[in-house]
Amino acid sequence: MSQVKTTLKEGIPNLEAFSKSVQELAENDKDIIAVTSDSRGSGKLMPFAEKFPKQIVEVGIAEQSLVGVAAGLASSGKKVFAVSPACFLTARSLEQIKNDIAYSNNPVNLIGISAGVSYGALGSTHHSLHDYAALRAINNIIVVAPADNYETDKAVKFAAESPFPVYIRMGKKPMPYLSEKDDFEFGKGRVIKDGKDAVIVGTGETVWPALKAAQYLQKRAGLEVGVVSMHTVKPLDTNLLTELAEKYPAILTVEEHSVYGGLGEACAAFFLENGYNGRFKIIGIPDEYTVTGSQLEIFEHYGISGSGIASALLKLIK
Amino acid sequence: MNIEELEKKSIEYRQKLLRYIKNAGAGHTGGSLSCIDILNVLYNDVLNVGPDNFEDKNRDRYIQSKGHSVEALYVVLADAGFYPEKELETLCRYQSHFIGHPTRKVPGVEQNTGALGHGLAISVGSAIAAKKDNLDYKVFTLLGDGELLEGSNWEAAMIASHYKLDNLVAILDYNKQQITGDNEAVLNSAPVAKKMEAFGWAVKNVDGHNLEELVETLKRTPLDKDKPTFIIANTIKGKGISFMEKNIKWHHRVPNDEQYLQAQEELETSMENLLKV
Repeated sequence: MSQVKTTLKEGIPNLEAFSKSVQELAENDKDIIAVTSDSRGSGKLMPFAEKFPKQIVEVGIAEQSLVGVAAGLASSGKKVFAVSPACFLTARSLEQIKNDIAYSNNPVNLIGISAGVSYGALGSTHHSLHDYAALRAINNIIVVAPADNYETDKAVKFAAESPFPVYIRMGKKPMPYLSEKDDFEFGKGRVIKDGKDAVIVGTGETVWPALKAAQYLQKRAGLEVGVVSMHTVKPLDTNLLTELAEKYPAILTVEEHSVYGGLGEACAAFFLENGYNGRFKIIGIPDEYTVTGSQLEIFEHYGISGSGIASALLKLIK
Repeated sequence: MNIEELEKKSIEYRQKLLRYIKNAGAGHTGGSLSCIDILNVLYNDVLNVGPDNFEDKNRDRYIQSKGHSVEALYVVLADAGFYPEKELETLCRYQSHFIGHPTRKVPGVEQNTGALGHGLAISVGSAIAAKKDNLDYKVFTLLGDGELLEGSNWEAAMIASHYKLDNLVAILDYNKQQITGDNEAVLNSAPVAKKMEAFGWAVKNVDGHNLEELVETLKRTPLDKDKPTFIIANTIKGKGISFMEKNIKWHHRVPNDEQYLQAQEELETSMENLLKV
């Protein structure tokens, strides 16, 4: 795997891309407000706080109120980004998300920072492997996991104007630009690489290893494997899934989330209900006490890596 | 509105909320009766809000955090002209917007509430927005005493005083009872005043059924410049109906035909006595 070279343009962590985008927005719009729960450092919002001191509301370490206060601000005309570690934001404040944001349609943008297993060895308290599942089951909230800086920028700018609540989760590892295409639309998956033999549908930071796997399989096994960034986990792009089902004899999903209730199961339900009879596999974090390690080590351990995905795909199509 | 007119409204509201609870076969009878005088004063004499200015950014906000006492709110909003009172006949019926907790699908309702411990934080956000926009509207929220046990209130209370939200008024419907029994026995939250003062709020105790005192107090907020206001309205659960008062069974009991008639007769007598004076 190490010999496989990618020619992708280098990027910065999606979190930093978010910070740049939200500063651009605040530059021209005093209604942009960031709400933080002692999380401006980990949310990369120190420059925002310095440049726009009147547009940041600090609530202290109080995630429930972070969401409640954000709802009140949004209902009074503010364009709110509520920024907190994804693990706390989508668990401790889940009732506030359900009632004060989604059910009440207060169009807050929830930014889940250092999502998935980004916090690595800090352990399960700091992992968010439940957020897609929890939020997918709540009516009236869009769930997004951008794969790279381009998708992050587009997602943040779309969210600022969205009349509906949006949850965007992101990690803190630098991500390369995965595609040169300027084709981001909410609710529409992006075809990062076309293929023929199989397709990998990833979301968030798993799209990069998916692309590595596809490149590897092309070089070493002569397989043409497509790659899709399904950045919007809900609502799911069922038109694209229909096209994928018609085109590919094998589909593999990969996500930085529990294998329960996330992107994979959402796709599986759609494919089963619509008569897909190809091969299908879900890669994610299994339902177990998560192994200790860095994000990269955890990814490797559970096969969320170029080589891991490639070997899973080879087994799938064998 | 003068005090006598308000007194009359309070009795009428009690008559109506019992009628719609009886019709729906559901409702939080005791709590609606304990907070109805507060809502009466707010909507008829304090709040700058009504059907004509509900879209105005500078309207006053009322957020009912103790959402279960929704029948009191629905009756008062109908009287304020947000919708015809007749619509309340659909309360809790299949496909009605008038569900058992406040929802914005009902005109005049500011926020969807019902889960306890949410309204104060939302009110804090709305009050911060007023400060950011240099608008002078006020945000009023009604809390239940059982609700104070939710920790989220205390987070929001700290945030409110940190931001010196003197445009925020929280009113406690302090009937001292919750679904299982007396607050003191279930889980004692007293002393509330001292706690709120320690959290940086300006606090005042009032008789939550004395309309004159309520008008006087609620019109003169903030109590202290640079501090959020906390009004402890001492109330009686089931107020106005002899056999419901302080009787925890009436937390969410619906009167049978006989009880209903007795309750309406008592209110009729209260009305006659009021008009005699």
